[in-house]
Amino acid sequence: MILINATAIMLVVVLPVIVLTLSFAWWYRASNARAIYHPDWSYSGHLELVTWSIPAMIVILLAAVGWIGSHALDPARKLQSDTRPLRIEVVSLDWKWLFIYPDHRVAAVNQIVIPTGTPIEFTLTSASVMNSFFVPQLGSQIYTMPGMTTRVNLLAERAGDYPGLSANFSGDGFSDMRFLVHAVTASDFESWLAHMRGEGPTLDADAYSRLLPAGSGTTIQTYRSVDPGLFERIVHPTARMTAAPRAQD
Amino acid sequence: MFGKLNWGAIPFDQPIPMAASLFIVVGVLGVLALVSWKGWWPYLWREWLTSVDHKRIGVMYVLLALVLLVRGFIDAIMMRSQLAIAAGGAQGYLPPEHYDQIFSAHGTIMIFFMAMPFMIGLMNFVVPLQLGVRDVAFPVLNAISFWLTASGALLVNISLVVGEFARTGWLAYPPLSELQFSPGVGVDYYLWALQISGIGTLLAGINMVTTILKLRAPGMTYMRMPVFCWTALCSSMLIVAAFPILTATFGMLLLDRYVGMHFFTNDGGGNCMLYVNLIWAWGHPEVYILVLPAFGIFSEVIATFSGKQLFGYRSMVVATLAICVLSFMVWLHHFFTMGAGADVNAVFGIMSMIIAIPTGVKLFNWLFTLYRGRIRFEVPVLWAIGFMVTFAIGGMTGVLMAVPPADFVLHNSLFLVAHFHNVIIGAVLFGAMAGYNYWFPKAFGFTLDKRLGTVSFWCWLIGFYLAFMPLYILGLLGMTRRMQHYADTSWQPYLIVAEVGAVVILGGIVATIAQLVVSIRTRASRRDLDGDPSGGRTLEWSTPSPPPAYNFAVLPEVESLDAFWAMKQRGPVVTPERYDAIEVPKNSANGFVTAFFAVITGFAMIWHIWWLASLGVDSAVLTLLAFGWMERTAGEVSGEQLAEAERARLRPMESA
Repeated sequence: MILINATAIMLVVVLPVIVLTLSFAWWYRASNARAIYHPDWSYSGHLELVTWSIPAMIVILLAAVGWIGSHALDPARKLQSDTRPLRIEVVSLDWKWLFIYPDHRVAAVNQIVIPTGTPIEFTLTSASVMNSFFVPQLGSQIYTMPGMTTRVNLLAERAGDYPGLSANFSGDGFSDMRFLVHAVTASDFESWLAHMRGEGPTLDADAYSRLLPAGSGTTIQTYRSVDPGLFERIVHPTARMTAAPRAQD
Repeated sequence: MFGKLNWGAIPFDQPIPMAASLFIVVGVLGVLALVSWKGWWPYLWREWLTSVDHKRIGVMYVLLALVLLVRGFIDAIMMRSQLAIAAGGAQGYLPPEHYDQIFSAHGTIMIFFMAMPFMIGLMNFVVPLQLGVRDVAFPVLNAISFWLTASGALLVNISLVVGEFARTGWLAYPPLSELQFSPGVGVDYYLWALQISGIGTLLAGINMVTTILKLRAPGMTYMRMPVFCWTALCSSMLIVAAFPILTATFGMLLLDRYVGMHFFTNDGGGNCMLYVNLIWAWGHPEVYILVLPAFGIFSEVIATFSGKQLFGYRSMVVATLAICVLSFMVWLHHFFTMGAGADVNAVFGIMSMIIAIPTGVKLFNWLFTLYRGRIRFEVPVLWAIGFMVTFAIGGMTGVLMAVPPADFVLHNSLFLVAHFHNVIIGAVLFGAMAGYNYWFPKAFGFTLDKRLGTVSFWCWLIGFYLAFMPLYILGLLGMTRRMQHYADTSWQPYLIVAEVGAVVILGGIVATIAQLVVSIRTRASRRDLDGDPSGGRTLEWSTPSPPPAYNFAVLPEVESLDAFWAMKQRGPVVTPERYDAIEVPKNSANGFVTAFFAVITGFAMIWHIWWLASLGVDSAVLTLLAFGWMERTAGEVSGEQLAEAERARLRPMESA
């Protein structure tokens, strides 16, 4: 919506400029004997006023759009909803995504399942280089940065599969650093949780350290339970928890 | 003995890099053999390699830019070909470790070794002539600047043959560019090439600022300077202010990589976003360092070929200064997605939009310069009008991305790639090509072929739209940049169109080369005898083409804006009875020799050959000192020689 508004505001002046450029260039061609030629005309106070004020007015309008939009659509701003939000912690690794559900103590690699109509509060960091967490059909992206956390709030209104990816180049395996967001109904989400708790390994320090070496691919892995302090320790790591050095090749 | 360097550094096992290496090695050896066989070395050494003439140095800068344009374009068409086929499960023909080097090299080369030398070269050639002076403030320093830039370009190209280039993108964001994640020599090639050329650029900026502030013809007040000089001044001031930031930032990354410090590392208290902030504190002014001179060129070209004074000269100057200042206040818009918060993002978004005001004013002023003009459609004007249309679109998409919520979905997408190519090709490259066509007769004394120049323009214009409009759409569809392959096959048709666009641009490059070759071969019939082939308005056109080493036998007296136009209105110039002797700088090998040692130093540092690095840097410093103390830099042209040269120049004009 903001894209369309802002584009429309600018087209009001950009289109005439393009048309005038081409028509002036055509009409005032040297071979056109009917065109007026004023070789010394180079100043007009009125026109100068217009040339400064038109872009200024456009920018005032756009600035309002930008200011309001920045605040309304700030990724860190919590979404208004009657439904209790779901928290998900996101860790970008080389070159995979780890998603931890702190409230439910389960985790998955390269896959997110969320209930529809529920605000999702993502808290993000990186255990390796910088990446950008982006699900284009759900809205804003946000960087994942080592030693720092960022936040983004998203909501899927309709059930479906939404592809997600890293939008910030992170090395050789970057192109395959994709994941899938499954938005399902609340009851399906509950049964998915129950299913999750019943199978797969536990994500403890050992299992986590096996995720650290560089490896590409979109393989999905799920964990029945998670060490609750894991995310915090990834953000503020001890030496052992950081990514393994990449092999020289 | 040789640090990390061994035979494994040469990619014998990879056919594509090996073919590229062979091509480069054979090409370089071929050129060297040809020069030796023809016996051109003494001429090259005397007239070019050791020249401190700002015009010769300007020409060498532009030549460097054109050669590296071809190199950068080969990278581009390889990427487009890769993405045209690597859809669905296909991996294309370039593995990630090679593809990543190509896009990193493409960006690095096109910005630092194509656009920068092109603009600095044109400034070098034109500004002293437009100011009505005989050279830049520090001619020997000027040569050093050029040769250091060439050294950087050489190092980047050596990385093709020996070792690898960075796989980090053109700005080498840490932590990816830290030793932990990029243990190879690629990032070191990147850093040392840019450190060495960066020093050259900084020196060139200092030289240009000093020249414009301190050396102007009598009567050339600031408000009588041609607009190109104004934009060159602002661009050079930005260089002086911004390049030290780049050098310091790279210096910190080098300390991280070489001595284990922790400025930007994941551990030890480092923070990668410090680098990202610093690099864009340089990077955004850099955009205007490139585009301001292009704006200046368009101002000159549009006024000249419309046969009119530039509309709103004072507005143009104010707008240029405003852009110069504002360019330092918008860097954060390159990473809104860092999550700095709504207030910070909104402020930087609005600051970015404000730059659109002076830029929009410029566009209107060019429009009103065309109005009631008498436009001759020579090649430079085609580029200028192509620019006005293309830039209006590029400016609009830029302002769009300055709206933070829009940027949160468009950041790092192909929409962004399309936007900055829209302004860098549409404004900087089109400007450089306009300037190249406009001033070529001044530099060489004959005009460029109009037909092939027109073909080149149309290929570039159509090719640009074919190559980048699909990228805007792909960005809106959610395709990010720097992907080596992609799963969504519905993107492929757009990428095939983009590939076709790249091929059309190739046609434009071939036409440019053909234009140069044909024009040289038919130069006898296209001599520029009076030095003013396009009805110029500024002082460079009052000199013969090519101008003598000293530019002006007598410094012109400037009484108004468009000084040469005014002189032509006043009637023929009266030749003085006698000429005063003038001092001219003598050739100096300082730049060439210093740069030679700079290349050795850079190469040795990249490969950890410490003894050679120390030898290289010591030699470079000693060279500078030795030449600085021992060389006699001033020669003299006597009054009699000047009188003779002036008579020879005016003879054909009088008989005509």
